[in-house]
Amino acid sequence: MTAKISYDDVEVGTELPAQTFSVTRATLVQYAGASGDFNPIHWNEKFAKEVGLPDVIAHGMFTMAEAIRVVTDWTGDPGAVVDYGVRFTKPVVVPNDDQGASIEVSGKVAAKLDDNTVRVDLVATSAGQKVLGMSRAVVRLA
Amino acid sequence: MALDQSFVGRSYPPTDPYEVGREKIREFAEAVGDTNPAYTDPEAAKALGHSDVIAPPTFVFSITFKAAGQVVQDPQLGLDYSRVVHGDQKFAYTRPVRAGDRLTVTSTIEAIKSMAGNDILDIRGEVHDEAGEHVVTAWTKLVARAAEEG
Repeated sequence: MTAKISYDDVEVGTELPAQTFSVTRATLVQYAGASGDFNPIHWNEKFAKEVGLPDVIAHGMFTMAEAIRVVTDWTGDPGAVVDYGVRFTKPVVVPNDDQGASIEVSGKVAAKLDDNTVRVDLVATSAGQKVLGMSRAVVRLA
Repeated sequence: MALDQSFVGRSYPPTDPYEVGREKIREFAEAVGDTNPAYTDPEAAKALGHSDVIAPPTFVFSITFKAAGQVVQDPQLGLDYSRVVHGDQKFAYTRPVRAGDRLTVTSTIEAIKSMAGNDILDIRGEVHDEAGEHVVTAWTKLVARAAEEG
């Protein structure tokens, strides 16, 4: 594994470059096809409202996929991720317009561990609300 | 209705192998807008020390969740899937999933809890390659929300 960030160059508190990811209805249809998750709450407004949701919501796994990009773009090697977990705390509501929703993700090094690994704690919000909790990744650095 | 605690620890038979294709990885990477060349360019993946293109970290969920269907749809367990939401998700990787892998999943029910009328089910999916080597373990927490009163 050849991550581009060196273990010796990071400290607890080192911030990873934050990113914003946009998600529209078209994004969700594309993700449904690629992932095989065709639950209608992710594309059918009528169905979503019938089951008590405010509108169509993004797949939790879509949000999880975006959030780890803050880590994999930082290290360069996505294969350096050793461990990754999240809790889905609030849905990302995606309105039926050109703007859709955005997911803002930041991360910082929370601990330096053995074997050149660090724990990164991620924060993901959409419309001002935290959408992931306990969002942590362990990644091996160079 | 509370789920039967006697299902805790139950393992389901390994799934038939899922063959990971380069183009499926590309399709997934495009769907999440991730342009990392390790997902699409075998040379770029090799430069990072991988024998072929690798999959984004969450790609394997499609495979483990399908395998978890054995648990979710087990009529003896009796989970009301129409009320299920995804609570937590965690992965622990021995190595990244890569093109050419033939992966099998063994699903085990790790825990069943009942809280405020909600049924909470923890499923572990162990993913192995064709050689029987461990690739990744996925833990999925599903919450079946309590049915509304009356």
